[in-house]
Amino acid sequence: MAECVGVDSNTSGHSMDKSITLPPDEIFRNLENAKRFAIDIGGSLTKLAYYSTVQHKVAKVRSFDTTAKAPNDKLYEISVQEEVTARLHFIKFENAYIETCLDFIKDHLVNTETKVIKATGGGAHKFKELIEKKLGLNVDKEDEMTCLIKGCNFVLKNIPHEAFVYARHADSEFRFQTANPDIFPYLLVNIGSGVSIVKVESEDQFERIGGSSIGGGTFWGLGALLTKTKRFDELLQLASKGQHTNVDMLVKDIYGGSYGCLGLTGDLIASSFGKSATADKEFSKEDMAKSLLHMISNDIGQLACLYAKLHNLSRVYFGGFFIRGHPVTMHTITYSINFFTKGEVQALFLRHEGYLGAIGAFLKGAEEDNPNQYSWGENYAGSSGLMSVSPDMNPMQRARSGTFDMLEMDRLERQLVNLPLLQDPSSYIPDTVDLTEDALARDYWLYCFEDALDGVVKRAVASQPDIPEAVVRAEKFRQKYRHKLLTLRHQPFAYGSLTVRSLLDTREHCLNEFNFPDPYSKIKQRENDMALKHYQRTVESLDALSWEDRQFALVSGVLAGNVFDWGAKAVSDVLESDPGFGFEQCALFFVDNSGVDIILGVMPFVRELLSRGTEVVLASNSGPALNDVTNGELQILTERIAAMDPVLQAGLQEDRLTLVQSGSSSPCLDLSRLDKVLAMVVRERQTDLVIIEGMGRAIHTNYYATLSCESLKMAVIKNSWLADRLGGKLFSVVFKYEVPLGKVHHNGATLMLS
Amino acid sequence: MAFNGHQFDDDILDEDGTPSKQLRPDKEMPESAASAGRASSPRRTSNSMSRLRKDSMKKTRPPFPWFGMDIGGTLVKLVYFEPKDITAEEEQEEVDNLKSIRRYLTSNIAYGKTGHRDVHLELQDLTLCGRTGNLHFIRFPTQDLPAFLQMARNKHFSSLHTTLCATGGGAYKFESDFRTMADLQLHKLDELDCLIRGVLYIDSVMSRGLSECYYFENPTDPDHCIQKPYTLENPYPLLLVNIGSGVSILAVYSENNYKRVTGTSLGGGTFLGLCCLLTGCSTFEEALKMASDGESTRVDKLVRDIYGGDYERFGLPGWAVASSFGNMMSKEKRESVSKEDLARATLVTITNNIGSITRMCALNENIERVVFVGNFLRVNTLSMKLLAYAMDYWSKGQLKALFLQHEVQHLSEATPTSMLERAPSPLNAFLCLCVHPGLLWCSRSPAGASPSILTSSKDALLNLLHTPLAL
Repeated sequence: MAECVGVDSNTSGHSMDKSITLPPDEIFRNLENAKRFAIDIGGSLTKLAYYSTVQHKVAKVRSFDTTAKAPNDKLYEISVQEEVTARLHFIKFENAYIETCLDFIKDHLVNTETKVIKATGGGAHKFKELIEKKLGLNVDKEDEMTCLIKGCNFVLKNIPHEAFVYARHADSEFRFQTANPDIFPYLLVNIGSGVSIVKVESEDQFERIGGSSIGGGTFWGLGALLTKTKRFDELLQLASKGQHTNVDMLVKDIYGGSYGCLGLTGDLIASSFGKSATADKEFSKEDMAKSLLHMISNDIGQLACLYAKLHNLSRVYFGGFFIRGHPVTMHTITYSINFFTKGEVQALFLRHEGYLGAIGAFLKGAEEDNPNQYSWGENYAGSSGLMSVSPDMNPMQRARSGTFDMLEMDRLERQLVNLPLLQDPSSYIPDTVDLTEDALARDYWLYCFEDALDGVVKRAVASQPDIPEAVVRAEKFRQKYRHKLLTLRHQPFAYGSLTVRSLLDTREHCLNEFNFPDPYSKIKQRENDMALKHYQRTVESLDALSWEDRQFALVSGVLAGNVFDWGAKAVSDVLESDPGFGFEQCALFFVDNSGVDIILGVMPFVRELLSRGTEVVLASNSGPALNDVTNGELQILTERIAAMDPVLQAGLQEDRLTLVQSGSSSPCLDLSRLDKVLAMVVRERQTDLVIIEGMGRAIHTNYYATLSCESLKMAVIKNSWLADRLGGKLFSVVFKYEVPLGKVHHNGATLMLS
Repeated sequence: MAFNGHQFDDDILDEDGTPSKQLRPDKEMPESAASAGRASSPRRTSNSMSRLRKDSMKKTRPPFPWFGMDIGGTLVKLVYFEPKDITAEEEQEEVDNLKSIRRYLTSNIAYGKTGHRDVHLELQDLTLCGRTGNLHFIRFPTQDLPAFLQMARNKHFSSLHTTLCATGGGAYKFESDFRTMADLQLHKLDELDCLIRGVLYIDSVMSRGLSECYYFENPTDPDHCIQKPYTLENPYPLLLVNIGSGVSILAVYSENNYKRVTGTSLGGGTFLGLCCLLTGCSTFEEALKMASDGESTRVDKLVRDIYGGDYERFGLPGWAVASSFGNMMSKEKRESVSKEDLARATLVTITNNIGSITRMCALNENIERVVFVGNFLRVNTLSMKLLAYAMDYWSKGQLKALFLQHEVQHLSEATPTSMLERAPSPLNAFLCLCVHPGLLWCSRSPAGASPSILTSSKDALLNLLHTPLAL
């Protein structure tokens, strides 16, 4: 069975402070622009979902009319505009708060078009009247399982690092899985009061292939009878302290050791509760709870394995209130799966497992908006992330800490897909260092980001000199980001694998939330302007060089602005050793910074490629991130340069030079989430060279990415710690040229020189 | 099927067992080769054979007393062969302590506080190794094994008989206790080997008269559910589910080719353990009695409790259990259920779960016949009918649940209460039969196939293990 329905028994045991005052900034954000509500009421938790339109400021650049002379000689105009985007809000709270929450929503709901609220979950019928009365909306019930699967598909598709493997005693408890673009088929084992085992084959096709009546309700019900403990959480806590060997009969209790010829070790449970078959012995609550937990987890794991085997499925996700982030149950289920499949199948859990029903119900209601045609991204600023649910924590505290959990997802402007040139999308990991697993690296980077915070705040304030309240907002940003860093220090797994990329992205999300859409816009503008003035001279001096010298100068130029001092010979050796280099059909160039980098470094390089007959696709960020050049800016810059440079002009006119958006607003690059248009262009142009430039894109991410075509990764390592990690020195230059196996002229080369 | 018909030949009955045809592929034992070599000569004509056999039988026939033991997680099952054809000469030769053991065992039905002899199981006038006598079935809790060993020591058991055939986990666990406390050597035998042999054997023995194997016709219709004999003429492949304290599921492809597919710790021990904790009972019989008087639907949450009826989208009937003990999440309901209800729910939960895992194994192994055996099913028609029902319903008639007469044969004519007093099941005896390969030759065999040996001699035992159970 799907969801738990034991509503009464859970909440009746304790009385929560129902007169809680909700901090509206934090919890029900954007209610005034909310429409389409959905609610999933489970045994103890309510999950509310809504869609809102979010107005937020974006920095836009607009080219001045070229015929009119710009007054202050600026290249382009920067304006901050209000933009409306869509956001999904999911809020999870204890059922005890449901009335307070409904009142709050009613008071703040402005939109009157909303007539219906989609509802699912075992508790939906119980609260139907209350919801209808309070909100004046019609409750429209949706099938639980359908909602669950819809929600599951949605998070698996849209949230990288959604799924994880749990390893209790490993360096990092959570090992996040790389998002496989192909999520089907999979098995979902939903452990509510009973167990449902569902095989999901496509977006709309799923089948309940089996189930079991021994589930969370059995643990709770039988546990309550045995231990006189009423609450599910308390039972789990008891279990985490118990010794099952006092209650269970083990193989060694029967055999004295292992049952060798069957490969059964002595510690295996031969008979659950086998030792309690006596009237004259007392057993501790903890021991019985532990034994019960093992019995149920093992049983579910065994059945799941049998079903996975029968249907030949290797991806098995576990969810339901029995799992819901409880380390104790994740551990026992994982153990059971490992035992029964001998490690062939991994038990997978989901970060947003608790929201699946609500997400699914919401999606059901929003079908006319076709939310599935968009890509969505987790907003790190507005989401609480995965909570630490240490079993040692008092269950009351735990219940409270999880009381208002939130997930926000932004609708992305464009649909994101894989770079078609990835060698193996299913094993691609963008990030070079996983800070979740590497504690030393984690400490270092968290410290770095904290240390840099003052500078970022200053920059943010400086970017809005005419707005006095910017100081206040910047301060709020500081608090929010510092709080995030603190959370991540304790729960590095909160948003999936912790990486330099996720730290950078979180900072961008926080800046956006406090309306600092592009703190670097003015700096970028100034630098672009200055660099542009040197363009012609640079090109002329490059043209005057011999081929070999020019290649070196070009590569040096790409790394422009960076201090470097390395032998020209080395670069030309690399380039010359591959006679094919530079005669590609089409090069895809992921660019980095504004100013000198793009104008004096990348553009001359592009020019060289174009003049050799290679088509060039320049991919730049869709939205601002640090001083990275955005697509909007690059459009203007390219036009300006083309006006001075016949080679680029011809390239644009003949459609051999194309500008595309990457789909990202991050200083890093995730090749598995790129603008669909980019992927299309890459395919059409038969791209056979990918150039990735800069620390964020070529070092923090993609350093180890393998592509199916030639690739060139170039960056200057501007961080001594990282330089050390990679075996170089500060300001080392990474110049990594790779040729895929099979197309080998030679195996490529990595230069790291200082 | 060699062991089901009468087509035995002398080769098979020969003491060396001529293992060529029946060598276990996975477990070739070095001893068998040696014994085959030694006994290769006396085998040409059937006349000389039987003479030789009688001679050798006398030689190899072990001295009394004859015992077989199965030391399980919960119970020790002991079979004792009491010779009734003792000659005056023998009577005189018989040492005193042997006499006293015989008298002690046969004149009592209770030993200490916890030992019992199951009189109703006694097999009389058996011919075993050329001797006629009665076979007694005795049981006592495994936890009282030290007392048993003490008794064996007091009665100087070791002076009579130094090797004892034993199976079950306890044969391993307590081996050194037997040696140190009672100066007894155990000859250990693998319990799953024994089990399979036993099942196949008992079927072959019983099919002479009654059919050993049976199933329930119309298991999903309580009014028309009747027990029907089933002929295990071509039994392979079959799934053998042994429900003791825990559960082992074996896929049997031939007599000598089987594998343990999986097992579960939710077995008879779990039923009894949970019942003891939930109801305060202390014996299997008590727990079963309570279960038969209870109502599980007060404890379990059914599909209809959640959906008001069937959950049609997934083809789940309203009566199906959605969550075992699911109603017990509610305090009010916890207070309103009886001990009997709890016992019943425990029984249903464990039984259904075994059914469910079995069904999945059958599908994965592509096997359609399932034989359920084991202690848990003794005097437990409730579970058997439930298993039959579950197998039939969830497989849409594809799977057949089979049971063995031997499990319940003494219960059919008994009234419910006396049923419950009868214990342990013939299965224990049955296991003992398997344990003691010598005994396999005893029961009601036609004169032609005279029992060959009952021996503790290691070689002979191993030979037997390699011999099809022809009669």
